[in-house]
Amino acid sequence: MSPYEIFSSHVRDNSPVALATIIEGPNVGALLVVTPQGVAGGTLGNSEIDRVVSRDTMGELEAGRTIVRHYGPEGQSTPEDLIDTDTVRVFIESFSPPPLMWIFGAVDFTAALARVAKILGYHVTVCDAREIFATRRRFPMADEVRVTWPTPMFEERGDRLGPRDAVCILTHDPKFDVPAIEGALATKVGYIGVMGSRKTHEKRLERLADVGITSAEQLSRVHSPIGLDLGGRTPEETAISIVGEIISSRTGREARSLGATDGPIH
Amino acid sequence: MRDLLDDIDRWRAAGKRIALARVVDIQGSGPRGAGAAMAVNEDGEVIGSVSGGCVESAVVTEALAILSGEQPSRVVTFGYSDDDAFAVGLTCGGIIHLFIQPLEW
Repeated sequence: MSPYEIFSSHVRDNSPVALATIIEGPNVGALLVVTPQGVAGGTLGNSEIDRVVSRDTMGELEAGRTIVRHYGPEGQSTPEDLIDTDTVRVFIESFSPPPLMWIFGAVDFTAALARVAKILGYHVTVCDAREIFATRRRFPMADEVRVTWPTPMFEERGDRLGPRDAVCILTHDPKFDVPAIEGALATKVGYIGVMGSRKTHEKRLERLADVGITSAEQLSRVHSPIGLDLGGRTPEETAISIVGEIISSRTGREARSLGATDGPIH
Repeated sequence: MRDLLDDIDRWRAAGKRIALARVVDIQGSGPRGAGAAMAVNEDGEVIGSVSGGCVESAVVTEALAILSGEQPSRVVTFGYSDDDAFAVGLTCGGIIHLFIQPLEW
């Protein structure tokens, strides 16, 4: 297989892969395909620079970073070794698997949220214990539809969730959403949101207290009622308000019109 | 680049030559970060984007020149600077560095 084929098959399989490409210096355009296990294809021209650059690329890939690094022609990376030599600039580009979104509850809002999440690049799993609702036919846009309860779902693969990921609980049903919140809080997931009216939210707090979830630190991780206050109503508008909240909680920005704020946009 | 793969595969299967343009660095404000990519085939068909539409047409010109061999694979810079040789820039005032090469790997 060519380096491109090796690279694209990793991306398609959602397995982490990085490209390290010489963008300046000898052998411009030469590249390495690197996985967490090491070099999977290509060469930068000699084994020494391949060794040094692949080592650095594995580090960048682990951190999910995309960056330009500088070397000598034989892979020298300490500044003293770079004096009076040609510099090789290497563009290291990390392709991490897509972030995950788990949506609990197979309702109308779920389909709209799954569609919007796909636009943002999420790998979307819809989960509901009711077999007649949690079907592929109703959620063709989801990557996966699971018929199961929240607790086994989190026990099985809660350790896959990290800071880039999101859990959205749209069930409105305490027997489903309380264990989903409990399960999500036991993971490192970056965003937890729970749908419901303000009244439902108050009742839910009582039920969470019943199962021992009372600390401000835990509750501050739970966005409830889910979404930004955009004033929308339809499932699609609600989906936009949810992903808007996910983005603003990641960036730490208060979601307001740019026209009403100062400072840099990006 | 993830979202370009289907089209790139189709072009490769059809035997088209392809240039790949990837954002390697952005200084100042820019709409897309490092890693944003577009691809241009020998017929001038374009997929993907590297900015908010500010520099794409200039990237196509550069990409076709690299595909035809008039220019080597290289880093191309758009934006505002003292030695600015390019007429196009980012409307938001940033400087964008792209690496463009034939996708022959």
